[in-house]
Amino acid sequence: MAQQTLLQARGIVKNFGHVRALRGCDFDVYPGEVVAMIGDNGAGKSTLVKIVAGVQPPDNGELYFDGEPVTLADPTEAQALGIETVYQDLALAPDLDPAANLFLGREVLKPGLIGKLGFLDTKAMTAKTLAAFKNLGAGVQSATAPVATMSGGQRQSIAVSRAATWADRLVIMDEPTAALGVVQSRAVLELIRRVRDQGIAVIIISHNMPEVLSVSDRVEVLRLGRRVAQFVTADTDMEALVAAMTGARVQEDAG
Amino acid sequence: MTQIPETDLDTNGATDAEGAQAPPSALKWLTDRLADSTAFIFVALLAMILVFTVLRPDAFATVNNLRNIAIAASILLVLSIGQTFVIGTAGIDISVGSMLVFSGVVASLAMAEVGGGQGWASVGVGVAVSLLAGGFWGMVNGLLVTKVKLPPLIVTLGTFGGVLGLAKVLTGGINLRTVPNELVNTLGIGRAFGVVPWLVILALVLTAIFGVVLRYTRFGRYTLAIGSNEEAARRVGIDVDLHLLKVYTLSGLLAGVAGIMNLARFTNTTIQGHDTDNLQSIAAVVIGGTSLFGGIATMFGTLVGVFIPTTLQNGFVILRIQPFWQEVAVGAVLILAVYVDQLKRRARNRL
Ligand SMILES: Nc1ncnc2c1ncn2[C@@H]1O[C@H](COP(=O)(O)OP(=O)(O)OP(=O)(O)O)[C@@H](O)[C@H]1O
Ligand SMILES: [Mg+2]
Repeated sequence: MAQQTLLQARGIVKNFGHVRALRGCDFDVYPGEVVAMIGDNGAGKSTLVKIVAGVQPPDNGELYFDGEPVTLADPTEAQALGIETVYQDLALAPDLDPAANLFLGREVLKPGLIGKLGFLDTKAMTAKTLAAFKNLGAGVQSATAPVATMSGGQRQSIAVSRAATWADRLVIMDEPTAALGVVQSRAVLELIRRVRDQGIAVIIISHNMPEVLSVSDRVEVLRLGRRVAQFVTADTDMEALVAAMTGARVQEDAG
Repeated sequence: MTQIPETDLDTNGATDAEGAQAPPSALKWLTDRLADSTAFIFVALLAMILVFTVLRPDAFATVNNLRNIAIAASILLVLSIGQTFVIGTAGIDISVGSMLVFSGVVASLAMAEVGGGQGWASVGVGVAVSLLAGGFWGMVNGLLVTKVKLPPLIVTLGTFGGVLGLAKVLTGGINLRTVPNELVNTLGIGRAFGVVPWLVILALVLTAIFGVVLRYTRFGRYTLAIGSNEEAARRVGIDVDLHLLKVYTLSGLLAGVAGIMNLARFTNTTIQGHDTDNLQSIAAVVIGGTSLFGGIATMFGTLVGVFIPTTLQNGFVILRIQPFWQEVAVGAVLILAVYVDQLKRRARNRL
């Protein structure tokens, strides 16, 4: 593709002691596309996500955003570029309510002097949170009960809503439907399409091949810490994806 | 940015309507308190007061005695305010009593240098020095926790011993007695309208202010977010280290306030009297329903939690029960409080 990439990872290396999680991994995202990142357990997907989100620094390799080299020293730098992430561990504060989690680090303060003193506008945040949940079709009724009291699916919905609410350029979702029921999974896939239609790119990680085939524009396959294949979704099928993931078939030009 | 529909006015409207139908805020506040875990402990305190009152109405439920209880609780209450924030972040501050003593010692030394240890100028210098000293040690705790990445228990155990040791070095282990009369006669033994001791008013005002900060401001929100899931707070871009530094510094500052209150009340530095302030404040905070694991904290609970040991002690003395039983009772209540906290967490955490 001649088009300028939104995000480009080149030769990313990340070791955890003896574990070589990423061994010179490449990855590409084009503006406004949904790209699926697939690969077996331990292939390095979540590790790559954390590097792109600024949570962990790579040991080696380069990141380019809009073609410019970037270093993401902490999550705020990724956020400043318009990148939001749904982590596999969700990264919610379980003792706080959904509204507090959705607005964590971006609290709305009361207008005027009292806001300058740091007083929270809880009402505004709660209303916007409920609206975001409604928009997503998230099965979260209460914006005021602690997240710890909620089901796994409800928590996942909260994390997805948070990322979708704040992203400008790129949403990364690490297995966003893993704990969701059929209805909520569909709502997330629907949300992903809506996000894309607004020109925001999406990286979705999933082990669910039908889901990958239905929602993505392209697929990139990771295996043992490297990118081993790239597909245009319309031109591929489940068999080809599985073959690439398991190493049964190798694309020579992918890495 | 664009995922929240701007047109979703009906949601807003619904919330507003609900707000309008909500009970008056004072009543709602009370029912909220009764619904959560502080309710149990509050009822326990009331029951305790009732029992002592029935057993010795002439001696316990007198204005004088209740005033004594409140005075005895006031200094511990101020220490426990800071402790509530620290434990709210899933940390702990063992050094509060030592910071109190150190602040009092350097304040007394400073006041001796101004106006011969008498007069309002001397009081002003003493207050400033005490706050600075407390804030300084709090900041040292905070820096060791956030920059050197040592566990809070170890850091504050170190400053618990070290700071008290320094205070003793400064005085040769002898209590200093330079406290201006102006301070003693107002904050120390003075009363508003001849009824409520200023010590108690100061403690309650600080409790109210920081209760509001904890519950209604971004500072309180970050405190509990960090205690609940520090990594989550980092990933949304909260400056966790800076916030922890502020929280430990606040604990030190409040220990500085308590240092001045202590000088005013006892007219000397009471170096030997604060070895168990840390355990007492931790017990009060945890009995009050703040979770030792962080993420959950209420200042109202801390207020009740401070009054339970103090009331027990007073009641035991009045009933001529050996007062050492109070220590046994508080220990048992503390273990019970942590047990209840764990049960609640287990029942609540569904995953
Ligand atoms: N913080 C860490 N410390 C040590 N090893 C780690 C750490 N994070 C990841 N690893 C290791 O790195 C490798 C890649 O892990 P990663 O989580 O990126 O895989 P994944 O592709 O997301 O797998 P899954 O599909 O199971 O989520 C694994 O072997 C894992 O054990
Ligand atoms: Mg993973």
